[in-house]
Amino acid sequence: MPEITYREAISQALQEELNADERVFLMGEDIGAYGGSYAVTKGFLEAYGEKRVRDTPISEEAIVGCAIGAAMGGLKPIAELMTINFSLLAMDQIVNNAAKILYMSGGQVPVPFVLRTVSGGGLQLGAQHSQSLESWYAQVPGLVVVAPATPYDAKGLLKSAIREPNPVLFVEHSLLYRVRGEVPEGDYTVPIGEADVKREGKDVTIVAYLRTLGLALEVADRLAREEGVEAEVVDLRTLRPLDLEPVFASVKKTNRAVIVEDAWQTGGLSGEIAGRIQDEVFDWLDAPVKRLNAPDVPMPYARNLEQLALPTADQLYDLVLETLQ
Amino acid sequence: MATRLPGAPALEREQLLDFLYQMLLIRRFEERSAEQYGRQKIGGFLHLYIGQEAVAVGAVAALSPEDYIVSHYREHGHALARGCDPKRVMAELFGREGGVSRGKGGSMHLFDKERHFLGGYAIVAGHLPIAVGLGLSGQYLGQDRIAVAFFGDGAVNEGAFHESLNLAAVWKVPVLFICENNQYAMGTEISRVSAETEVYKRALAYNLHAEQVDGMDVVAVYEATKRLAERARSGEGPMFLEAMTYRFRGHSMADPELYRSKEETQRWLGRDPIARLKDRLENADLLREEEYTDLDRRAREAVDEAVRWADASPPPPPEALWTDVYVGRGPVRGRDHA
Amino acid sequence: MPQMGFDMKEGKVVSWRKREGDQVQEGEIIADIETDKAVVEMEAFASGVLGRIVVPEGETVPVGTVIAYLVEPGEAPPSGAPPEPARVQPAPAPAAERGEPPQSPGAVEQEYGRQGREVAEAPARDFPEREAPAPARAEARPSAPPQPAAAERLRVTPVARRIAEEHGIDLRSVQGTGPEGRITRKDVEAALERQRAGVAAPPQPEAAPAAAAPERPALPVREGPPGRPQPLTRMRETIARRMSLAKQQIPHYYLTMDVDMTAAMALREQINASGAAPTRVSVNDLIVKAVAKVLEQYPAFNASYTEEGIVHHPRINVCIAIALEDGLIAPCVLDTNHKTIGQIAEEAKDLVERARGGRLRPEELTEGTFTVTNLGAWGVETLIGIIQPPQSAILGVGQVAPQPVVRDGEIKVAQMMKVALSGDHRVTDGAVGAQFLGELRDTLQNPWRLLV
Repeated sequence: MPEITYREAISQALQEELNADERVFLMGEDIGAYGGSYAVTKGFLEAYGEKRVRDTPISEEAIVGCAIGAAMGGLKPIAELMTINFSLLAMDQIVNNAAKILYMSGGQVPVPFVLRTVSGGGLQLGAQHSQSLESWYAQVPGLVVVAPATPYDAKGLLKSAIREPNPVLFVEHSLLYRVRGEVPEGDYTVPIGEADVKREGKDVTIVAYLRTLGLALEVADRLAREEGVEAEVVDLRTLRPLDLEPVFASVKKTNRAVIVEDAWQTGGLSGEIAGRIQDEVFDWLDAPVKRLNAPDVPMPYARNLEQLALPTADQLYDLVLETLQ
Repeated sequence: MATRLPGAPALEREQLLDFLYQMLLIRRFEERSAEQYGRQKIGGFLHLYIGQEAVAVGAVAALSPEDYIVSHYREHGHALARGCDPKRVMAELFGREGGVSRGKGGSMHLFDKERHFLGGYAIVAGHLPIAVGLGLSGQYLGQDRIAVAFFGDGAVNEGAFHESLNLAAVWKVPVLFICENNQYAMGTEISRVSAETEVYKRALAYNLHAEQVDGMDVVAVYEATKRLAERARSGEGPMFLEAMTYRFRGHSMADPELYRSKEETQRWLGRDPIARLKDRLENADLLREEEYTDLDRRAREAVDEAVRWADASPPPPPEALWTDVYVGRGPVRGRDHA
Repeated sequence: MPQMGFDMKEGKVVSWRKREGDQVQEGEIIADIETDKAVVEMEAFASGVLGRIVVPEGETVPVGTVIAYLVEPGEAPPSGAPPEPARVQPAPAPAAERGEPPQSPGAVEQEYGRQGREVAEAPARDFPEREAPAPARAEARPSAPPQPAAAERLRVTPVARRIAEEHGIDLRSVQGTGPEGRITRKDVEAALERQRAGVAAPPQPEAAPAAAAPERPALPVREGPPGRPQPLTRMRETIARRMSLAKQQIPHYYLTMDVDMTAAMALREQINASGAAPTRVSVNDLIVKAVAKVLEQYPAFNASYTEEGIVHHPRINVCIAIALEDGLIAPCVLDTNHKTIGQIAEEAKDLVERARGGRLRPEELTEGTFTVTNLGAWGVETLIGIIQPPQSAILGVGQVAPQPVVRDGEIKVAQMMKVALSGDHRVTDGAVGAQFLGELRDTLQNPWRLLV
């Protein structure tokens, strides 16, 4: 199986779906002539033309609203917001329209479209360009929120997202574009709403997604090497609908859980997962569920401060050992 | 008896009488809605369209059944003019299963997909980009349909308004923006919050073709809409129509109307679109008093029937809480409640 | 006056085993109480001094009435009239909260709530709850500085608590090695290993009621032929414990009888050929149905023996013994008597599937009132079963096979089956057992009764 990058995997999915369905088109800022700010759509304009690869003005609300209308009119839009930070300008469209039209219309009007965006910090882009806001959207009924961490999942989930009859926020991560992994050529899908056990283990469960999956796998390897601890790593992959059954099954086996995410802790997804674990598998717990999140501060610019504002492998390692006490 | 109205040679008498009937239907529907609101049959917000009937009736009559319509939250008139069943519209106001949106939308969220009436929206200007997307879909698929968005003068100071006009113009999207300028954004007069009070001029800045029309004259609205819709349909890009109008009632049901004078309201009442069309038709010998009485009686009967029907429609079943959150998926936390 | 049964409304103090001023240990019997069913021993739920007896011998009072005060050594019992009976359920309120007069400093009122019986039956499990009255001691002393709780609440992780419960391990005997002495899964499993290896557990604290002992029978270790023991699986261990308990404690009697199943087999054929039942009906399904029907007439076999008396169960939940790879399990069909043969067949099939998948529901394992065990499919002629406590009877079923029988003076061939009833002699006697079996035979020989 060829090994390609996360970026290439997403690009492949887009091309295959553009080829497969004439109703699929792309719209977003700098996706055409510029080739995409993360170069995902490089060469697309030349290949597919202006009708299907549409450069937009810097008008996030119009981009998302227009995609919603186009979806209601029978198209399969894939809109792109350059980063999730800019999604705040389109929040009305995402939350008040995309997520609610089906319900408000009593089921008459579905809104099937994909909104791709990029999350995460770590590149010294400062407070306004480094947020991880995906868990905000994971709270909204009516939205599907997908967050793949590997090239294989990225391609398979994006293809599922494009074929999904509901609005999908497809969250990529800026630090993952160069990650390589095996990806089949041609068509396959990864189902939305299914978490995945990325590493089996018996001693402790680590729940992660997006960038923190790599962190979790790295820590799991170290724990096995240095402590003889076998950590099981569950990759959420979809944040809404949140599939926690594999997490529950894993905790029944390991009796311990650590959740790690790049987002802020207060009111976030890690708390939701911890709450659900104690709801569902309380009687299997052998230690309190632990969470590792970004500290509740805006992202600082200085390199040393930025490193302190993101969960690290060392922190995760220590936290796992703490739950194993 | 004559068959044509002076100055409007394209319109048959039958169609003019239908305009009159449609406006009467909306007027009576809104009056009864207010009454039913008082009886607590209707909850939440209720925004009446009384006074602005000529805009919805004239504009919608000029469109094709294929064209998509989206509107603001004062949209009962547009839905009725589009042919939505008054019974099902009233049932929606009542929050009943028989409502156009099965009781889950309410007064501000009427949807009737079959009639290409794709919703009333309650975030000011939030539906304008949707109209652009609907227009784009027709253009993209090579279909002979346009999208029409109704919105008020309050919407023109929202970013979504500007983003939508610009994007539509850049992509030459077949969309017709119809601003119902009733002079007040809730209780704020346009001159107090808009540097440019002539709304159509804002559209000119985005290179849209834009016109202003007397929104109290149903024939004028019809003709302007017909013209602009055809231009949009023929590939000239987005069009903009500003209809000058006035709502005779308050913004919502609990509005003491302290922000405008009785004299001003009286002046506008003198331009009541129903009375004006009636007078013109009578003067042109196209309508007799008893015919008008008969139209009004039919409108009242239709509304009476709508109220009876709505009241007989059951409330949505409790299970409806969990449906229509997703297509093909249960509600995400439904497992806990199933 | 403690609640000592779900339907107990009042009780009579038959005798006080302690006098005013006597020392009382937690778990010690202090009085005999007569309910409308039995005379029951009442144990103390805290240690102290029997300060004042409020209800003398021979008197009957409603449940929840104060019958005596237990006080700290050296403290005076309250002298005023005792408070009105409190609402017993769901949880005892501290005395101070119920407007206890301030002249009762130091009084530790015996609090009996719903947990009273549970504690008597399963003392180890409810250990932390038994500490509940302790706060009353502190709160009733407004002038004194706050006292530490009489006993620290054990720090136990949920999974450790669950495993300890499953295996009847007393958590007080387990040394916690987790943070701040928390007892973890590892600690309980280590204790379990020790127990299996035959190492005597640390001595029970004195307060532990004797009733706990049967929960953990100490099997005598004796010399035998050499061999390395295979560790017991959880299921094996449970079966060993429960069956030993049943054989040791329940005086069984046994009755067997022949049943002519010719008509029942024909009925089964008809049902299965008709396709009217949701799944194929087995012989056992018919027997389960018949048992449920007969139990309606003989409630004594749908009962449990307790020291308080015989408890007749309002529901009839017939268990079906299911053989598994490593043992057996006997889940019940709830409300068997209200179900049709078809429903029973469907549920029995579902129970078998779920039993093999380990997905039985708790109530299916705990609510059973009578068991049917059937080894007919293996050619067994007579099966004499061991009663599953707390049930009071089990029916063993053998194969259905053609046998020569004498009918109206002629030898004919009939489909015959042997059934064996094992009964708890503390609950029923052989004669009524014979009537039960006779009724069961008549029902199966006239199977139309199963359809009415």
